[in-house]
Amino acid sequence: MESNLNGSTMTRLTINEHIYYCVPNETVLEVLLREDVKISYACKKGTCHSCMVRSLDNAPPEAAQVGLRDTLKKHNHFLACLCYPEQDMAIKLPDQSEFYTQGSVVANEMLNRNTLLLIIAFRDAFEFTAGQFVNLQRADGLTRSYSIANTPQESNTLEFHIRRLPNGKFSEWLHDEVRIGDSIAVSEARGHCFYLPERSQQGLLLVGTGTGLAPLAGILTDALAHGHAGPIYLFHGSREIEDLYRIDEMRLLSEQYKNFYYIPCLSGDKVPEGFSKGRVDEVSLALFSDLKGWRIFLCGHPDMVNKMKKMTFLKGAASADIYADAFLLTPT
Amino acid sequence: MSNQNNKSIYERIGGEASVNAAVDIFYRKVLNDHRINRFFDNVDMETQVAKQKAFLTMAFGGPNSYTGEDMRKGHAQLVKAGLNDSHFDAVVENLGATLIELNVPQDIINEIVVICETTRNDVLGK
Repeated sequence: MESNLNGSTMTRLTINEHIYYCVPNETVLEVLLREDVKISYACKKGTCHSCMVRSLDNAPPEAAQVGLRDTLKKHNHFLACLCYPEQDMAIKLPDQSEFYTQGSVVANEMLNRNTLLLIIAFRDAFEFTAGQFVNLQRADGLTRSYSIANTPQESNTLEFHIRRLPNGKFSEWLHDEVRIGDSIAVSEARGHCFYLPERSQQGLLLVGTGTGLAPLAGILTDALAHGHAGPIYLFHGSREIEDLYRIDEMRLLSEQYKNFYYIPCLSGDKVPEGFSKGRVDEVSLALFSDLKGWRIFLCGHPDMVNKMKKMTFLKGAASADIYADAFLLTPT
Repeated sequence: MSNQNNKSIYERIGGEASVNAAVDIFYRKVLNDHRINRFFDNVDMETQVAKQKAFLTMAFGGPNSYTGEDMRKGHAQLVKAGLNDSHFDAVVENLGATLIELNVPQDIINEIVVICETTRNDVLGK
């Protein structure tokens, strides 16, 4: 804390090495606008969430986090328009250009006919929570987001499951041209779809299509590593068996953990023994009549995610307990 | 708005905690109500829950409320799509049912319905 000449304290906001001083009764938004810092905003009353920023060190006042979901609160996100700072904070703005770290490819092999396992290693430990995503950036600046599939316990590496998309510039490059030893730039981890180690008896429902398995596998491993005791259901779906992957690994995991249930779903015509017939949303919703008290994680196809958000809510899951990560495609 | 003890409705009902307790119950009723759920067909659930919280905060006499202009602008497209008094009534009915479920005293429910009524013309663009 700094003192001004009158003896009252001012708090200090640091953004990218610039220091800004908040006088008492000034919100963070007011300071930033006064200082001509580029920040989005609209309602100025905590409703629209346009001015959401993040403290990188000290936790913001609780009053500045009203209305944010618990995972965002945990990572010290807050609303600039509601924040009267009580401590100095180093702040990250969403509009800021991202910080990238160079990593090197240590593994790239196919998980199935169209999904690549990509593992990138870093010199230093990479900070993230299982279930988050990063931007991968090619040397020419082409950038795409991918979810992280591992947990921070496997230090210094990030694992990705990359589906080859027809005419997908980035996925084609990763599949066809990137080799072990190549360097890729990786942004900081983002996202609010992750496991908070609390309510360990709570039922967890994880539903994913295709490479939606990536963040769900991380979240699942994270929950089990924290000793989550409640039932954990993972529904992984695709049209055909050739587009699923890690089937044996998930079956093995369900044998090792009595509270983990793995239900692979196939929506096409060929449904061998051990698989459920139907789309992953149909199968999962048919199994649960009441989801009150459950925590829901939805990852993958936007249609599935949007439908499941609504249906699980209508079946009783609290809106604050539904975490969704829809994989939106970038138009080519 | 306040009673003789000078405590606002928002304080008497329990402030932000009451909004959080009510929003899921209220929004589920709305989504299950065939008279009005078509107006919520293409909205993102997370965004809508945030808006419902803002609405409930306003209805409970809470701070940082919507203005009449916000209401007018926010519902203009829906009015074009046919939003009318019957739909407004249905929403208030669902709110009343939510508050009964939460054991809110009838006198507070009545005051909240009065607050909602003050927004009818703005919401419906009259």
